[in-house]
Amino acid sequence: MDMFKYVLKRLALMLVIAFVIMTICFVLIKMLEPEIPMLGIQAEIEMAKREALGYNKPILVQYGIYLKNIITEWNWGWSWKVDYMKPVTEVIAKRIPPTLILNFLSMILSIPFGILLGIVAALHKNTALDHFISTAVMVVVSVPAFVYGFLLQYFFAFKWGLLPMVVSSLRDAGGSWMSWTMIRSMILPILSLSFGTIAGMARFTRAELCEALTSEYMLLARTKGLTKGQAVRRHAMKNAMVPILPSIIASFTSILGGAIITEKIFSIVGMGSLQIAAISMLDYDLFVATSVFYTLIGLLGTLIVDLSYGFLDPRIKMGAR
Amino acid sequence: MEKKDLPAIAQEKFSFTQLDEAIHDQKFESKPISYFQDALTRFSKNKASVVAFWIIVIIVIFAVFGPLLSNYEMSFADGNYARCKPKLQVFDRNGSGFWDGTHTMKYNDNYLLYAAAIGMGATSTDSDDIVSWDAGMQSEFQPIISYSEPYMGGGKRYHDALVDSYYLIGFKYLTLRESEFEDLKKWQEETGIQVLYPMVDMKSEYFYEGNSQDANYWFNHAPNGKPLDENGKKMSLEDIQEKGLVPNYAHDADGNIKYFQPRGRSMKDVRVLYYNYFIYKNGFAPAYVFGADGQGYDILVRMASGTRLSLILSVCVSFVNLTLGAIYGAVEGFYGSWVDMLMERIADIISGIPFLVTATLFQLHLVQTGKVSTFVGLLFAFCLTGWIGTAYRVRTQFYRFKKQEYVLAAKTLGAKDRRLMFKHIFPNAIGTIITSSVLVIPGTIMSETSLAYLGIVNFNSKDMTSLGTLLGNGQNYLGTDPHILFFPAVIISLLMISFNLFGNGLRDAFNPSLRGADE
Repeated sequence: MDMFKYVLKRLALMLVIAFVIMTICFVLIKMLEPEIPMLGIQAEIEMAKREALGYNKPILVQYGIYLKNIITEWNWGWSWKVDYMKPVTEVIAKRIPPTLILNFLSMILSIPFGILLGIVAALHKNTALDHFISTAVMVVVSVPAFVYGFLLQYFFAFKWGLLPMVVSSLRDAGGSWMSWTMIRSMILPILSLSFGTIAGMARFTRAELCEALTSEYMLLARTKGLTKGQAVRRHAMKNAMVPILPSIIASFTSILGGAIITEKIFSIVGMGSLQIAAISMLDYDLFVATSVFYTLIGLLGTLIVDLSYGFLDPRIKMGAR
Repeated sequence: MEKKDLPAIAQEKFSFTQLDEAIHDQKFESKPISYFQDALTRFSKNKASVVAFWIIVIIVIFAVFGPLLSNYEMSFADGNYARCKPKLQVFDRNGSGFWDGTHTMKYNDNYLLYAAAIGMGATSTDSDDIVSWDAGMQSEFQPIISYSEPYMGGGKRYHDALVDSYYLIGFKYLTLRESEFEDLKKWQEETGIQVLYPMVDMKSEYFYEGNSQDANYWFNHAPNGKPLDENGKKMSLEDIQEKGLVPNYAHDADGNIKYFQPRGRSMKDVRVLYYNYFIYKNGFAPAYVFGADGQGYDILVRMASGTRLSLILSVCVSFVNLTLGAIYGAVEGFYGSWVDMLMERIADIISGIPFLVTATLFQLHLVQTGKVSTFVGLLFAFCLTGWIGTAYRVRTQFYRFKKQEYVLAAKTLGAKDRRLMFKHIFPNAIGTIITSSVLVIPGTIMSETSLAYLGIVNFNSKDMTSLGTLLGNGQNYLGTDPHILFFPAVIISLLMISFNLFGNGLRDAFNPSLRGADE
């Protein structure tokens, strides 16, 4: 019961924080002078539209209308520039599939590989193999994602011509996200996303497993007569996974957010590029909506990590001080 | 012990070592090792971190003094030299292909001729004589440094030519004022460097008017650009190698070669060899050490400036975050209870805002309205959320130490809150703070570069740039001119790797117990 209460409390807190951030975003965005890009009759139509949609009322009144629309009709406003006069929810929904597929595939590929590397490094701690893996991981973690993007594009796409330079558009790929043309064009971005995840995962796993391997229960296990393999598998691994699993679960919430830079390099029309478009074109409603979207993803990730610790490890009492 | 066991020693042999002097504690003969010295010893044992430290030092030196290596100014741009390859002037025309501004091109006969004609034209300054191929090849302005034997590919004949991108610009038509023209002429006579070349006869039947902007067509040619001999017969590559090219120069009424064409009252059209014209204008031969970018800016100077910007910004951010975070964390941790509760919630809200949103809002509200510069706007954005990590660490340290006996003792002796916080508890957190303030730097550089790359902050101006901007602009030339991306990408990678290594080394040095663990 305590646990249930704690989860509820955290959820409520998360919603409150999200609401505060949304309010700040809305007010700050509305404080900017809205520009009228058109002239003459078009500008008049534009103004009339804005008047009708309540854009000329005081900001707080507008915010009230905005909230009412969200609650009653799930209407997050309209996109003015990116996709003229389309509901924001529709615009966002259209952008989610590519981001989702891309990040999901990259994660599926890189997490097992990263964990494996981490385990190998930890089991061979302080040997040449471990030094090699750790150094490689250090370098890969540090080098920015766009550098991988450029390298992959230059060699695989330009120099050797093996794979397409950028991700195909939905129309070129025959209208399906799962067609071969699409998947093939996604190989490079998936690779460039994976390097960082693999390295991060390997580093994390190595650190946790190293700590577990040197703990006293391992000594006890070996004294009881377990072989090294048995002790590692049944005791060290299980304990090392306590912090690793939550981070994996949390990273699955972040696949919705996507990688903005990778999306730009490979011209993917996903969530990241939508956010950038909303910013650079000053598409206000879209900006507020995507900001709230990203905020929620971030908060949800933290929440899931915190909560899953409690579910995974009975020793950790949730909500206890 | 029995008395008889002792050998008999005469009484007078004993003397007092000291009788009247006072006895003091002796000083330690070994030197005390302070916390920082201890950390320093541990740090210097970590070879990778020490190397990383020196790499950082080298990069900082590059960022500050790098522009001195280049002849170019930050704001200097020459569109004619856009995308030129990296070149050190000492390797000029040495034919090695290493750092000498050359690249290998796969040329068919037409392109090979076009490039070769530039060098041939450079030898033809004052007569209508036919220009021989060999003389042209030996010219010091010949863009083709060397070329391979022909080979067939797809039914066409190709040569692999090593081409110097600086000489490939060749001739240009310029419009000069009378005074400029006289200056140039005087300079040409004084130095003996040929800048002004004969004007081309555009009314000739062997001139194609579509080429009237391209000053490299100084010879008789057909509309498709192929050279013609004096009778208008088409020439193949072999013909030209044997006979040479026929100049198509303009003449005045007296039959002398014309070096200018008046334009309006006071202007003159001239045909110049751009390489030498550049020397006349700037006083040095064009050679971009790291190549030129898509607009003809010097990559070296802009890179140094971008690195400087990143470093200054990240050090500022680190300093502000350190101060803010330390104070905030100290107050939170020391007072606890509702103060802590309230301040934690505030931190929660601030840290919940995605950084992209913060940066954008600052840019929209402060920078684009002209209230602060781009740099300051970015600094604000970083400082809004950046201190939370430091505050959290300091708070933890305060929770750990505030109930200890020595703090209680100080309190009993009447120490004020501020003294307790900053004199007694805070020094315990210094190690973590130093470490985190170093590790903030690569993170800041990374975010700044990404924002500039995405175009959310705009550093794309004449006298300010960022590594991210360089990378973003260079992306368009990934296939053809990878050097535009290569150098900025290398320096940003080096910066990130060495700062991370350095930071990790510091962390291990300050917290030996944390060695090998993750942040």
